[in-house]
Amino acid sequence: MKHTLTALVENEFGVLTRIAGLFSGRGYNIQSLTVAETLDPKVSRMTLVTSGSDPVIEQITKQLNKLVNVIKVQDVTMENPVDRILAIIRVVLNQKTRPEIIKAVGALGAEILDVDSKSCMIEVTGDENRIKSALHLFKPYGILDFVQTGEIALQRGKKT
Amino acid sequence: MTKGAETKKMKGRDIIIQSLEREGVEVIFGYPGGASMEIHQALALSKKIRLILPRHEQGGAFAAAGYARATGKPGVCLATSGPGATNLITGIMDSKMDSIPMIALTGQVPTSVMGGDAFQECDIVGATLPCVKHSYMVKDIDDIPAVIHEAFEIAITGRPGPVLIDFPKDIQQAETVPDFKKRIDRPGYNSKIGLEPSQIQLDKAIKLLLKAKRPLIYAGGGILSSHATEELHAFINKTGIPITTTVMGLGIYPEEDPLSLRMLGMHGAVYANIAINKADVVLAIGVRFDDRVTGKLSEFCKEAQFIHVDIDASEINKNITVEVPIQGDAKLVLQALCQGLKKLSIEDWVHQIQEWKKEFPLNYELNNENIVPQHVICELSRLAPRDAIISVGVGQHQMWAAQFYNFHTPRTWLCSSGLGSMGFGLPAAMGAAVAFPNRTVIDIDGDGSFLMNIQELQTLGEEKIPVKCVILNNQYLGMVAQWEDRFYESVRGHTFIGKTNFADIAKAFGLAGATITKPSEVEDGIKEMLKSKGAYVLDVKYPYDESAKGHVIPMIPGGKTYLDSIIHQGVSLRDYWKNKGS
Repeated sequence: MKHTLTALVENEFGVLTRIAGLFSGRGYNIQSLTVAETLDPKVSRMTLVTSGSDPVIEQITKQLNKLVNVIKVQDVTMENPVDRILAIIRVVLNQKTRPEIIKAVGALGAEILDVDSKSCMIEVTGDENRIKSALHLFKPYGILDFVQTGEIALQRGKKT
Repeated sequence: MTKGAETKKMKGRDIIIQSLEREGVEVIFGYPGGASMEIHQALALSKKIRLILPRHEQGGAFAAAGYARATGKPGVCLATSGPGATNLITGIMDSKMDSIPMIALTGQVPTSVMGGDAFQECDIVGATLPCVKHSYMVKDIDDIPAVIHEAFEIAITGRPGPVLIDFPKDIQQAETVPDFKKRIDRPGYNSKIGLEPSQIQLDKAIKLLLKAKRPLIYAGGGILSSHATEELHAFINKTGIPITTTVMGLGIYPEEDPLSLRMLGMHGAVYANIAINKADVVLAIGVRFDDRVTGKLSEFCKEAQFIHVDIDASEINKNITVEVPIQGDAKLVLQALCQGLKKLSIEDWVHQIQEWKKEFPLNYELNNENIVPQHVICELSRLAPRDAIISVGVGQHQMWAAQFYNFHTPRTWLCSSGLGSMGFGLPAAMGAAVAFPNRTVIDIDGDGSFLMNIQELQTLGEEKIPVKCVILNNQYLGMVAQWEDRFYESVRGHTFIGKTNFADIAKAFGLAGATITKPSEVEDGIKEMLKSKGAYVLDVKYPYDESAKGHVIPMIPGGKTYLDSIIHQGVSLRDYWKNKGS
């Protein structure tokens, strides 16, 4: 099963290597990994998407927690987190398809970033399913390029 | 900004040494080179730290590990950049596997040329990432005191382990006014957290143990790391629960005691393996359910409920799912459990264990013509002082020592257990002997293992370190040969190594030595060795025997269960019981 872990780590030389090394060394898989500074420049937040049985995820969490530079690890999967991926899709475009594509972009709440005579570049933000639907939607026109970030996630506020 | 009490500028190399002195370091095992000679220059002036020059960096790393295993204090080794540093890696990994506190210091090429494939450059922080508990590259001279202080704290607290610090040469040469009071803000590591066990879990454990009819303690190296042998003894005295130990745990409980089942696992006592598989509650403390203990996991201890005590949360539920997980310091857990328990009514169980002990003793056959290696171990155990420290290499001799030497005192057994590094015995003994110059330190070694770090004989001579080496010399890599005999129809896949006269080698290094080949020479040979003042090499020659007599028995073949144990009768335990009709 897919799990989303978020980790606060020290924003220091070598921390990413230690974490990536832990995953490869122990044979865990990484679907995506994003990392960037938090509001505190000494701390980075990492969002890791991985998959495995519950015992494997328990081990990953514990092993991450053991690293000296890791401050806190949370498995947010079960907490219905807000998660987002940003994708940029370059779609083939001609006189005929142009209006349809613009309409689709509007319907998706996506944005056109760049247009040339033969293609346009579309930005889509959303969870994994939304990116998949966008790809599905634009596939018939021809996709020339596709790039996406890893997932970032944050727990929702506590409902009382 | 105040900078502690210091006002004078110091060189990085001197700050390193003073920081080490402040951590109480009394000895470093270090081999100099271009990128570390500055530190050696500073060490040459230190009045508090003794520098022992091993003859190979691997020897230095194992010596530091031997020192740490015998004392419980962090062992320190030092090497230059590149090959010096890479030669430490086996020793660092060895300490990681066995949770031994170690500080590995390495010189590095100057920061100005770093990353440019300079002469003797190696990214040792990168190379050792999977082998360390933590590591540092010091790029700012002002960080030296804080990094060294924290490295020692990390090495010794929680689950101990090796910490590496890499010092580029220009940092060693630079000057600053040091601040020895400076500390690193480390929000992710708190050495105090995780020590106190949860009361809820303790209560569950007590409840489970009070109901137990066939309880057993399975304890290991965690007892040593936690300095909890006294608490363990008190717990056993009060509850009367029998104990078996891992190979790491030898010495934590006296093996002559009726409640001791000695070592369990692949080459453990048959009665220990039967007992743990028949137990209904297993109290596992400071152990990690290694495959050499469990054999086939799905068949291991099918009748038991587990209480697993470990300071490292990641050990709990790693290999086996347990009923009562207790994260905490073994010492505190044992104190709490002891308080909550009373003498258990388990006479039948203890009686049954004594029966198994009588039925399946660890033994061997004597021989009129040739020396029997197990007998040498028994004689050593009988003749050596009670506080002698024993180190071993890896192979048949190691398992025979584990089986037949009687351990009763903690930290008297130095054994590369998790990594199984051949060549460990001689340098580890050296490290222990430096720590305890007045105690007898014996390296029980195999010819193959001994050859792997034989250069340290020169260190013994030059530094006047009186290690006694007993080499069980059968010209074979016996453990692999034994597997060949059992599982590969005795096809020899490069397991014959050939003749060596170790006493002659000892003489070439200026040390005393003797050779024995007859059973009648064993006792006197050992006595002579123990009587000698300095280092001594006793070469015990005997032929490799490819019959069961020459094998380490009992043995549970890899991935099998205790019922598959090859026992002395030459049959499996399953068949033995079937024939017996029980």
